[in-house]
Amino acid sequence: MSQVIARAATGEVPDVRTERGERAVFCGLTSIIWLHRRIQDAFFLVVGSRTCAHLLQSAAGVMIFAEPRFATAILGERDLAGMADCHEELDRVVAELLARRPDIRRLFLVGSCPSEVIKLDLANAAARLQGVHDNRLRISAFSGSGIETTFTQGEDQCLASMVPDLPELEAGSQRLMVVGTLADIVEEQFRRHFAQLGIEHVDFFPAARADDLPPVGSGTRLLLAQPFVSDTVQALCKRGAKVIPSLYPLGVQGTLAWFQAAAAEWGLAAESVSEALAIPVARAQKAVARVRENLKDRTIHFLPDSQLEIPLARFLRDECGMSLLEVATPYLDQALMAPEMLQLGGGVKVVEGSDLDSALARVRGSRPDLTVCGMGIANPLEAEGLRTKWSIELIFTPVQGFDQVADLAGLFARPLARERQLEVGSWS
Amino acid sequence: MELTLWTYEGPPHVGAIRIAASMRDVHLVLHAPQGDTYADLLFTMIEREGRRPPVTWTTFQARDLGSSTAEMVIETLQGVCERYQPKVLLVAESCTGELLQDQPGALARGAGLSAPVIPIEMAAYTRKENWGASETLYQLVRGLLGGKARAADEEGEVTTAERKPSVNLIGPTKLGFRCRDDVIEVRRLLERMGVEVNVVAPLGATPHDLLRLPEADANVNLAPEIADLTCDWLKRQFKQPTINTVPLGWGATRDFIAEVAEVLNLEIDPDMVGESRLPWYSRSVDSTYLTGKRVFVFADGTHAIAAARMARDEMGFEVVGLGTYSRERARDVRALAAEYGLEALITDDYLAVERAVTDLQPELVLGTQMERHIAKRLGIPCAVISTPAHVQDYPARYSPQMGFEGCNVIFDTWVHPLIMGLEEHLLTMFRDDFEFNDAAVPSHLGGEGAGAQQPDNVAPMTPMAPGTVAWAVSAEKELRKIPFFVRGKARRNTENFALEQGLTVIDVETLYEAKAHFSR
Repeated sequence: MSQVIARAATGEVPDVRTERGERAVFCGLTSIIWLHRRIQDAFFLVVGSRTCAHLLQSAAGVMIFAEPRFATAILGERDLAGMADCHEELDRVVAELLARRPDIRRLFLVGSCPSEVIKLDLANAAARLQGVHDNRLRISAFSGSGIETTFTQGEDQCLASMVPDLPELEAGSQRLMVVGTLADIVEEQFRRHFAQLGIEHVDFFPAARADDLPPVGSGTRLLLAQPFVSDTVQALCKRGAKVIPSLYPLGVQGTLAWFQAAAAEWGLAAESVSEALAIPVARAQKAVARVRENLKDRTIHFLPDSQLEIPLARFLRDECGMSLLEVATPYLDQALMAPEMLQLGGGVKVVEGSDLDSALARVRGSRPDLTVCGMGIANPLEAEGLRTKWSIELIFTPVQGFDQVADLAGLFARPLARERQLEVGSWS
Repeated sequence: MELTLWTYEGPPHVGAIRIAASMRDVHLVLHAPQGDTYADLLFTMIEREGRRPPVTWTTFQARDLGSSTAEMVIETLQGVCERYQPKVLLVAESCTGELLQDQPGALARGAGLSAPVIPIEMAAYTRKENWGASETLYQLVRGLLGGKARAADEEGEVTTAERKPSVNLIGPTKLGFRCRDDVIEVRRLLERMGVEVNVVAPLGATPHDLLRLPEADANVNLAPEIADLTCDWLKRQFKQPTINTVPLGWGATRDFIAEVAEVLNLEIDPDMVGESRLPWYSRSVDSTYLTGKRVFVFADGTHAIAAARMARDEMGFEVVGLGTYSRERARDVRALAAEYGLEALITDDYLAVERAVTDLQPELVLGTQMERHIAKRLGIPCAVISTPAHVQDYPARYSPQMGFEGCNVIFDTWVHPLIMGLEEHLLTMFRDDFEFNDAAVPSHLGGEGAGAQQPDNVAPMTPMAPGTVAWAVSAEKELRKIPFFVRGKARRNTENFALEQGLTVIDVETLYEAKAHFSR
């Protein structure tokens, strides 16, 4: 059985180059697609254009849900020309919506590019509407616009908008808060692991119910499940919380380090964590070893997209034996990514930002075995004979934690396995 | 401000992309914020395109606002000319770009670019996708041919004796409904008539091909939503007549042949051009069960109009609802609906369509991807006949809708979700068989269509009016003896009947009274 190659951090970090140019990424509105599945009694009302509505239904796999808990209030010419009062119109739309959906416990007004450009103050609108519907539900606002947010950053803005509503944690008590959306199944596994470690007071943010708001205060320790929660962390820290720096819970190494970091904060030794989690660790290592054969020594290039690129690259290199050609990420939060950057070490090419055509030229030049990219680019690269993994799947699939490690590796192995299996002509 | 759950059409700049993506040697620069690039995936994922649409986006962000967005436009334009060397450069804005008022069209014209520039005003806050496609095609054709008059006028009358008559096919685009195969089918029809296809536009055309448009004798308008404007202009500018019949359906295909013959002055017997299996399949005895099936039609204008005619005249259905989301075609659809004794449903509100389907309880829904969802939730069979469509409506097989082969495809597509004639009898005969019960879906239906159960986790969108009529146990039991595929209708009819009669309880007698009342 192949063990995880525990690669020691050298103290060096990758070279980071910044690029500017065309960006082929989703805007933050896309986060609504997984957020509305996660927070099951929340409704997301985008105040925007037909483009916003069209994006949501296109990115949601074109209408997979019978009635989703999201909608768009489409701005028309009357709104823009000032012939209609946008706030009155919004009040009307919200009333219409709430009449249809009495089950909703939280309403998010979601800002878009057009609403930001015309400076429609949705925070103000949310406060006003809260006054009107005070007994019924909570209303807050955040921006998912492309000018302010990139793809997963929409979740960050959403969570940050909820922070002021969180109750105050009792002084003198200590609680762990796991920040960032996780699949229900992963949350359940993590709760069991924390119990095994003897860490009792654990909250997940966001929770499955909008009213389950975790308390926050100086006794709160933040353990980040997702790397794209910068503003949320900042808002929580302002309320006294402290971040536990760690790798992200991707791969055996990342997940183990994540639990060890939390345990250390609770005064538990690393060895006792390894002991308590020995069974899932061994199971995960065994499972990933089988997939590793398909990935070992293959080259990979990450185009910037989901913000998960750096921890994924670390996992694929250290635990699956892949060779990293380039790791691009839409933006780099140096603080939240510090442990990962240290683990990635020197000699790795990290690119922050995007210039699509020159990035594609590099991909064509080096012809990686696998390119991780957005959905708009995957088939065109396949048609050029390159194998790809479209990255939105990495967000929609449960990939964190020990029991998902093999699934995560499998997402990358499948395109390569398929290439070997198919006997029908070529892609190019 | 308008509350929208789903949209039938995207914004107008998506229409512009459809034109650019349909063509070669054309590039579109869109002044748009980060995130609007999602539109690429419509082409690469839904239509499985092997190339990126020829679109470059400025993808500005907040930090660029107020200072450098105009510079970004110019940089992008220059980069595109260098990298792609397009023969024509289209320049437009998405909804947010429009608000910035950077005037990318004017910037492009003043930038000394190597490619000719055609700016397009998108009117993102009043218009939609098909309008955007129509406007882009029109501006492109006009931009290229605007300075020209009819070639014949300049060169004198060309001798037509040896030249075959020819037409242009205007309107087929990427992301259109079955355009790829319809073009092949219409070409075949025309070939058999001895008519040449001069240019197909925009699908597969280059700007150079567009310059040859005036060489044809007439224009075939295959997608009125997108091609009307261009065909009208070509008619005015070059005196090219437009052939307006869209060959969707058996009768329409024969009308199309007749119109082509008339416009081009040809002697043609439609029977010699081709034939379809639809007339015989429709007359064969198994199809008797199709008679009077209640059908709801909702689509773009062109496909709705064609489907209504086919449904009534060629399949023997009863059209109980007809509508479109294409406001441009509202008048035509209204007129046709009136002819069918109906009031047309002209709306792009998905919820209004859902209400109509729920109220009418048709036996078959012919619609778009959206109606497919409505029908699935209500357990009504459905076939998709128009955009917006999903990945399965861009099939690998040859699957045209137009021409005689299109009739064959449509016959199969519409009949498939229904319970077939022989099967209907067997269902009744075996309905109490322990292995064959109401919950069993007919063998040829893969888990959806007729008999599909409404998923438990999906609450009905339109809350049903609280029933004021109760069912007696005996009547409820009797109702269960009625085949399940008509049971919903029987239940509804009986309840309506009971309400009309002022009854509060439905017993077995009421059930049969209602049956007699509604029997045709």
